[in-house]
Amino acid sequence: MSANAQMVAKYKNNFLKEVQEQVEMGEWVKMCMQCGVCSGSCPTNFHPGWEHPPQEIFMMIRAGKREEVLTSPSMWMCTSCYNCIVRCPRKLPITHIMHGLANYAHRLGMAPKMQPTRHFAKLFWNNCVKTGRVNELKLSMGLYFKDGFGQGIKNGMAMKDVALGLLKAKRLNPFEMLGGHKCKDQNGIHAMLKKARELEEKRKAIKAAA
Amino acid sequence: MSAEKKVAAYICKGCGLGERLDADALVNVAQKEGKVQLARSHDLLCSAEGVDLIKNDVANEGVTHIMIGACSRRAKTEAFYFPQNAVARANLREGVIWIRPDTEEARETTQEMAEDYIRMGCAEVKAMSAPAGNPNTGSARTLLVVGGGVSGMTAALEASRTGYPVVLVEKSGQLGGWAAKLWKRIPVHEPFKAPAGTGVADLVAQIQADPNIKVYLNATVTKTDGAPGRFEVQIATESGSVATEDIGAIIQATGSEPYDANKLPELGYGKSPDVVDQAGLEALARAANGGPILKPSDGKPVRSVAFVQCAGQRDADGQHLPYCSGYCCNASIKQAMYFKDGNPDIDTTILFTDLRTPGNGEDFYRSAQEKGVIFSKGKVASVSPGAGALTVNFHDLILDDKDAKLEVDLVVLATGQVPNSGVDIEALSKPPVEGEGGEATVEAKPISILNLQYRQGPDVPQLKWGFTDSHFICFPYETRRTGIYTVGPVRRPMDMAQAREDATGATLKAIQAIENAQLGRAAHPRSGDLSFPKVRLEGCTQCKRCTVECPFGAIDEDEKRFPLFNESRCRRCGTCMGACPVRVISFENYSVDTVGSQIKAVDIPDEFSEKPRILILACENDAYPALDMAGMQHNEYSAFVRIVPIRCLGSVNTIWITDALNAGYDGVMLMGCKHGENYQCHFVKGSELGRYRLSKIDDTLKNLNLETDRVRDLEVAITDIEHVPAMINQYAERIVEMGMSPFKSF
Repeated sequence: MSANAQMVAKYKNNFLKEVQEQVEMGEWVKMCMQCGVCSGSCPTNFHPGWEHPPQEIFMMIRAGKREEVLTSPSMWMCTSCYNCIVRCPRKLPITHIMHGLANYAHRLGMAPKMQPTRHFAKLFWNNCVKTGRVNELKLSMGLYFKDGFGQGIKNGMAMKDVALGLLKAKRLNPFEMLGGHKCKDQNGIHAMLKKARELEEKRKAIKAAA
Repeated sequence: MSAEKKVAAYICKGCGLGERLDADALVNVAQKEGKVQLARSHDLLCSAEGVDLIKNDVANEGVTHIMIGACSRRAKTEAFYFPQNAVARANLREGVIWIRPDTEEARETTQEMAEDYIRMGCAEVKAMSAPAGNPNTGSARTLLVVGGGVSGMTAALEASRTGYPVVLVEKSGQLGGWAAKLWKRIPVHEPFKAPAGTGVADLVAQIQADPNIKVYLNATVTKTDGAPGRFEVQIATESGSVATEDIGAIIQATGSEPYDANKLPELGYGKSPDVVDQAGLEALARAANGGPILKPSDGKPVRSVAFVQCAGQRDADGQHLPYCSGYCCNASIKQAMYFKDGNPDIDTTILFTDLRTPGNGEDFYRSAQEKGVIFSKGKVASVSPGAGALTVNFHDLILDDKDAKLEVDLVVLATGQVPNSGVDIEALSKPPVEGEGGEATVEAKPISILNLQYRQGPDVPQLKWGFTDSHFICFPYETRRTGIYTVGPVRRPMDMAQAREDATGATLKAIQAIENAQLGRAAHPRSGDLSFPKVRLEGCTQCKRCTVECPFGAIDEDEKRFPLFNESRCRRCGTCMGACPVRVISFENYSVDTVGSQIKAVDIPDEFSEKPRILILACENDAYPALDMAGMQHNEYSAFVRIVPIRCLGSVNTIWITDALNAGYDGVMLMGCKHGENYQCHFVKGSELGRYRLSKIDDTLKNLNLETDRVRDLEVAITDIEHVPAMINQYAERIVEMGMSPFKSF
């Protein structure tokens, strides 16, 4: 049984309860009073990717629109500017709830597949944990080729002047492509991250089973 | 009081008056033209020394009438307090030197202005006499409280604790009213998190234990006769016995009824027993007595419930109540907690369009959210009963989903309050209007509550939608019947906490009314005024204008159909005096003559002088203080105006305007309060009645062959401090444009 099917079976139609128990900071959702200050404060509000402002997401959770919320790209658009948290008259940690929801959708495998924020987050993580250091060249190349080879070349050509400028200023080293610099104890880092993941999985499993 | 009239004029030289004005010339004017027997000036008249000067003249010189030429009549009222004498004040400070520039060129016109005010003051004081006080006082100290709900019981207890005996009349067989039918109430104490006990039993016990409170149950008021301080009230009980009580003042706490949910069939009321109103849910909660609340249809525990806010309220279509009752959001939150506190797994949804939780309701609201009550912003279209469950169809206003649905076991409708205000006396006097949409929104209840034996009708006048408020801005408890106060939801929609506060406030007002009535003094806004209307009956033509127009129902008719004044019902606005076509009504210190002689006392320069004269009749409640404050801020205005304070626009007798125009004034400005929907008049209807009368003035002007612009009716609020000098200056310019009045040479 997939993680998603498990949760559907567990909570039936009570999505609000599911969010309260499973999503980080989800217990705050019920406290929203629908004033809309968060939506008005969000700098991404006018971006076409922002389908549902936070206030609406909260209402959708209460209305039990599980599929729509979890597959929505909206919470992935959050830039963590914290404007909503600062302004919320009910003191909801809206930014954290957005990240909690995004993470939950990701864990259940329901997050939109090629959503750029999600794609970047995955690239960054994989890039970073490999050597313990971020390889910027590989990271940006990875981003260029997100939508296929042809588009990647086009993106690269568009950024060519910036790259040359960086080269001149000695801010970009083409040899990083061949592996790049690493941190000293790579095995130690891997072991540490492995342990951390184990702990987190355990915590989440307890929550899911509760 | 001595039989001989001796008038003295005093000119103050303090506050810069001495430097800006020629005080000796003013003394001279008072003597020569004002023809006073004694005239003096003093360096600082309001000082102890100055006041002693006047007191000494009263004691040793036989002065009976005092004219003080100093500051505004609104200033230094404590220093210049001579209750045994007739007193007039010439406003030389706020009215002259503070509104004129301190320049050589302006000196002449400023002095002329001051001299005119001295002439006017002398003329006025001569037409006055010191008010002797209302002889028709009553000494009853008992307070009648009509209605034994929370408001009524609170009022009764407050009055009793203050030392006034109370008679409490309750229509039903027990005290408590609606509050006694509640399971619990909205919390009024910290931390505002859960419903609290109603406290009604405690209030009832306190009433029963109080020997100062006499309770009539199953009783109604069948007759209320008299006036504050001497009401004679008949109370009939169900058994048929009739008791008569002597009452000083009345508190009407007749409360409200829930709006009839049968008018909301689209919301399922009457179609399914599982659709109830808020009162219905209270009954279910009381029946459950702390256990699970059961569905009326099959007796099974309720698993899900929806609360529909604004059911039949805030309706713009004129079909239901147009207003917000203000308490129902908190009440629904409280009722949702009845379910959640018993069993957190019961789904409770409150469907609202705007959640309004006054007072400390915000904490209560937050507590409900913490308990898991779901709040959805949506407009409910219908409730359809189905097999086993009800479907609430609503428009989700956040998600803009027009076909949102909710399946629940029970629906609660928040239907709001309709006041029990008795007979709508204004509707009684109007012929029925056919086919007017707005009329049907609140039906007048045909049964009178107080059965007043007043000429104007058996109940207290209503303000709006059946509520009995009268001056919501300045005097919230007042009705338009002196000595009768309405409290609680009969006055405006409110909850228990507000009703208790209301009852406490109104009780204090009622006690004031009792005390004032005993001393023969007026209630506000002319608190403490001892003058009262006197009528010269031999001149009366029985036209009934005074009885009809009195905003306070103070005037009845005697058996010979002459007006019969009930002084303690009177607020001394003078509307009767303004209405009287034969001018037989007057006050000792305010009459057609006191104002008329001021108008005639002004020195009118000839038509070649380039000095027009404009008469301003300014309402003493708003316009006159605004003019005074304009003076305090040194906002300059034209030296051509002469201002006479009046009690209300309603007291303006058109003879004053005719006299002024005949005397050669070039223009007349009338400054009164806003009337109509959001009226500001302290006497509620005074400015409206006054304006109605003055609307006929155009014909008079045409008969005199004068421009209609010679008389201007202006709305002035107390805040128009900047605006009012501009109005005056514009009008003065307009007068110059029109040219001088042709009546000057006559």
